[in-house]
Parts: sequence; C-alpha cells; structure tokens
Amino acid sequence: MGRRILVTGIDTFWGGRMAQALEQDPEVELVLGLGRTPPRVRLERAEVVRTDQAYTLLSRIVRATQVDTVVHTFLVVDSTKASGRALHEINVIGTLNLLAACSQPEAAVRQVVVKSSTLVYGASPRDPAWFDEDHPRVAQAATRLERSLLEVEGLVRDFAEDNPGIVVSVLRFANVLGPNITTPLSTGLARRLAPVIGGFDPLLQFVEEHDVVRALAHATTERLPGTYNVAGAGKVPWREVLATCGALPLRLPPLGTQLAAAPLVRLGVLEFPPELDALLRYGRGVDGRRFEATGFRYTATTAGAVERFARALRLRRSVGQEPPGYTYEQDVEEFFRRSPAVVVRPEGVPAGPARSHQR
Amino acid sequence: MAPIVAGRRGPVEHRQYHRAVAEARRQGEPVEASLVPLPRTDPPADPGPAVAVEDPPAPFEGQRRTDVDHWGRSERVRQVARTLFAPFYRHWFRVEWEGLEKVPRRGGALLVANHAGAIPSDAPVIMHGIEEELGRPVYGMADFFFRQVPWVGTLWSRAGGLPAHPENALRLLRDEQQLALVFPEGTKGPSKTFTDRYQLRRFGRGGFVEIAMRAGVPVVPIAVVGAEESMPILFRLPTLAKALGLPYFPVTANMLLLGPLGVVTYLPAKFRLRVLDPVVFDVPPGQDRYRKSLVMDEAERIRQQIQDALHEMLQERKGVWFG
Repeated sequence: MGRRILVTGIDTFWGGRMAQALEQDPEVELVLGLGRTPPRVRLERAEVVRTDQAYTLLSRIVRATQVDTVVHTFLVVDSTKASGRALHEINVIGTLNLLAACSQPEAAVRQVVVKSSTLVYGASPRDPAWFDEDHPRVAQAATRLERSLLEVEGLVRDFAEDNPGIVVSVLRFANVLGPNITTPLSTGLARRLAPVIGGFDPLLQFVEEHDVVRALAHATTERLPGTYNVAGAGKVPWREVLATCGALPLRLPPLGTQLAAAPLVRLGVLEFPPELDALLRYGRGVDGRRFEATGFRYTATTAGAVERFARALRLRRSVGQEPPGYTYEQDVEEFFRRSPAVVVRPEGVPAGPARSHQR
Repeated sequence: MAPIVAGRRGPVEHRQYHRAVAEARRQGEPVEASLVPLPRTDPPADPGPAVAVEDPPAPFEGQRRTDVDHWGRSERVRQVARTLFAPFYRHWFRVEWEGLEKVPRRGGALLVANHAGAIPSDAPVIMHGIEEELGRPVYGMADFFFRQVPWVGTLWSRAGGLPAHPENALRLLRDEQQLALVFPEGTKGPSKTFTDRYQLRRFGRGGFVEIAMRAGVPVVPIAVVGAEESMPILFRLPTLAKALGLPYFPVTANMLLLGPLGVVTYLPAKFRLRVLDPVVFDVPPGQDRYRKSLVMDEAERIRQQIQDALHEMLQERKGVWFG
C-alpha cells in the first residue's frame, strides 16, 4: 500500500506546490489537501477538502482517511500576509489542533513534516555567523511572528516527545526567492525600490523556491526525523542583491527605522514587516550541512537563487506579467475525476485537461 | 595531487577547496593557501569510468557582482585598506616584526595578542603585517559591539572583522583552515588606563584555548609593544559610557593634545611585535568539551608567555617614540 499524505494549506503557495510534487510520486497513494479556499494550482489527483483549522473537523478527517503522513505547510512566515489575531489562529491554534488530531489513538499517522522558518533564530548583533540546528536563538523574540513560530516549534517538540513512534521532521527555511513566490523582500526588488537600512549591508541567505518543495518532498520520502536548516550555500550582501535585480535602495534611517517606514508602508510604497528590521541590519546565516548530509542536493546556491530571481524579473519586465493563474473549479474537477463519460487510460489516469496542459 | 589554489571562489568551489585542504592535511600533504587569485590548473585528462555514477548536477551558482565572501570580508576592500594604512604602518608606527616566520604559512592557526589603546591600533597593524608579509588573509575577531554601529559595522566586516563568537572561530579554523586573530582580554585590554599599561588583564575564560583544541590548530601568541602609547587612556567616564551604550568612554591623551582630532589620531609610538613559538595542544581535536583545569592552565601559560615577552621587550626598548 502506498503512502497516504495530508497536506495542509492546499490553497497557499507552498501547499499547492507540495501537493503537485507528491502527486508525481507513484509511491504516494493519496494526496489529501486541506484549505480554506479553493486551490490555486492545477491538481491531478489530489483530493481537496475545504476546512478551517477547527479541531473537530481535523480529527474527523485524520481518522476517516487514515492518512499516514501529514505535511504541515500552512504556517504564516510573513507578517504582511496575516495580522496579529489571524496569525496566532493560523500558526499556533492551527498547529495545536492538527497535532492533537494526529495523536488521537484512532489515527494512523507515522510522520509529520513541518515547514518552519529560520526566523526562529532571529537576528541580532550577538549571533554567530552560522546557526546550527541546536544553537538557541540569541536575542529575545521581538516580533509577534517570531513568537508565534517559536510557540509552534515548541508544540511540535512536545508532540515529538509524547509520540516517539511518529517521525517528526521540522524544516527551517531561509528567505525564499524565486520566479513565482512573493515575499516582502521580493516585492521590493520587483518594484525596483527595496528597503535598505542606512549604514547596514547585511549578509543574507536565500533558498530557491523549487528547492523548498524538493526539500519538503525529500524529508517526506526519506522519513527524516529531527530538525534541519534549509538554505542555499553561501551568503550575499543585500545591496548586491539589489544591484543584481536592478533595484534602487530605499534608504531608511538606522534610528527610528520603523517610524520612518510606517508612512511609506501606509502609502503602499514599501513592504516592511517588523521582522525585516533586524534582518536588514544583522542578516542571518544558518548551517545547512546536516540536511545536505541526508543526501539532499540543492538546485541553486544563495547567489544562484538571486540570479534566477533576477532573470525571472527581467523576463517579467520585458514581456509583462505572468499569464493569469489557474482557478480551481470544483464541478469541473469532479467531472474529470468521477464522471463515467471520461475515458480512463490504461494507467488509470483520466484524459482530462490537466494532462494536455502540462508544462 | 594538483595544487590546491585559494583566491576568489564561489561557494561551491569554496566548499570543495576546504574539503580538499582538509583531506590533504589529513594525509600530511603540503597545502598552499594564497591570497592572490592564481591560475587554476586544469582537471586531470582522465575522464574516469565510461559509465558515470549518477552524480547530481552542481547547484546553480549565478554570478556574483562583488567579492564579499560569506564572512562579509572583501579582498578588494582589504586591498584599499592596506593601501591607505601602509604609510601609517611604515612611517607613523614604523612597525617592526620579530619571528614573523613562526606564523604558519598554511593551515588554520589562532593568533592571540595583547590588546591596548583606547581605539586599539594593534588589530589593524597585525592584520596588515601578516597579510602583506605572508600573503594570506587574517580574520580579526572583535566584540560584537561594532556590528551595531551603522557604517562602522559594515566597513569593519568588509575589512575582515568578525564578531568573536566561538562558533565563528571554530568554523574559520577547523573547516576553512584560516588565520583568526583574537584578543582574549576583550574590552578589558583597551579600556585600561595608562597607569596599568602592559599589565595583561584576565584572558577571558580560556575559551580561545578550547576553540584551538577543538579545531586542532596551534595558538600563536603575539606580544605587541607600542599600542599602549599610541592612544593612552588617562581616565574613563563610566556614566557617559552607560548613557551612550558604549563598552567604555575613554578620555585619552590624544584628545587633550589635539582636541576632537585626537579621537581619531594616534600618537606616533614605535611598534614592535614579537611572534612567540606556536603552542600545540596534545589533546585529540573535535571533542565537545575539554578538562577545564587543562584549558585554564594553558590559557594562563600563554598569558604569562606574552607578559614575559612584553617585559623583555620593554627592558630592551630605549624610548617610546624611537624605541
């Protein structure tokens, strides 16, 4: 019997892409996606359930589907995407309910994969240049987002301790850059006006967006227990990233940075969530050797991720925006998957539009 | 084996380089590390077995626009800094070295020196001297305080400065086989007043010895004479320091003589540096912890060696300015 995998946040960037990647794996028998809105990517065989993070629903789903693996991608790691209360509900309460559902006696869960962030290390002048997975963060968590992620990791740690039979993989991703993902950093670069704190040129680490999905898939298929940093090799100064992407620096004063940024954020000129304040001063580096030792191979280094993003930007600037995104139509998907009118090929895949429009 | 060539490298080459260096060192082969980019030798003509083992392609590296390495050091900035500092080094401080040949030309080593002068001039002098004479980079480790100061922190990092975190030192020494310079006295050294000159402070908690043991590299003690007199502290203003968030606020002789200009102007004291015999520890490297008494003994012994050397050099010195 193949693996039965539940992916949270199927309607988000990472959940959708992770489900797509798992669909390609013949070992995976079932891909089940949870999301609050319809998915934004084309899915071939993943089942989609619309649900929020309420515990009763989650526990029923986990019990009824007997999934053996849970990939938890639905964690907000960018505070421009969710405000204070919603952030807490999604990250902390969502994870709490999910882990509770996984630990019920009727569940068949054998592995939980969590997509965390290197934000848990913070950024401070006292930091080592490279954090390894066991190094505690140095500075107190100053932002809501960091506190909520720390709380999530605490819940996951407790869960791993209480359920020694379940493999728990925590992947901490560095800042992501790529042709498709939008983050506060990439928004600035794309608008050709990126925030820079005067007098500081921090060294940053990036991971390419494809490597994020590949890393999650790797941890899932290899059933890796433990915590791993995932970041492209090397570091690049932030101003060099600006130069590579053809963006100008929007200089913020080193003192009263948040005050100066606030009106610009209001006007929509700038995206400057509080977690960027420390990052754009001191940068952050993580030691990714543990994850590489498990056999994972990156497709891009930090500088490579920046370069790929810059190339995507150039293309976008030359030919305009990307083609409009895909919209998931429940009825149409139902028709292609279940209707007797659809001719099923020998390998059991319906001849739907999903196949004919392959990239 | 082909010569291992350092110089400007991408991250992957960097890793391969350090792996090769570590491997060569294990087998006792000589490793030549150079500061200037040297022409790379071509890979051997033998293409290996016909059926290649499934080797994943190397990650895409893109193209770098600066030569800032993953510690924040830029060889170009260093070059500019050396060019600017050279006249001061030669004609102002008239630096003279003794025993420079004891600094290893290859492999990692932890350089340990005494620290003095309100804004210590010993760090740039040591870094300049070794980089010029030996042609290999020196990473100067200092208090994290610099990192918080806009412009200063960035410049400091580009010029080869690093926060003195044990993890940073370990990676530099063990994994990258570089030279790291530390001042175990920390801020206690440069903050001492002129009355305490050449009296070494406590050598931290011996952390530098433990790092050298873990990394399996020698400690090279360096005694510096001259830094004390280049910017002597008359007294300190602790209340002002606290209000400004500084580690200490010195009032120096330079300030009294030159006014505000004295904040950045050194007195032309003659610099003499003596490199002492490298200390190699007879313990297996790579342990998480070493016997504390051993660590403290070694740290104290190194401190004493530098202190003795200083006394000897001061006895031989005929004058502060022309020594």
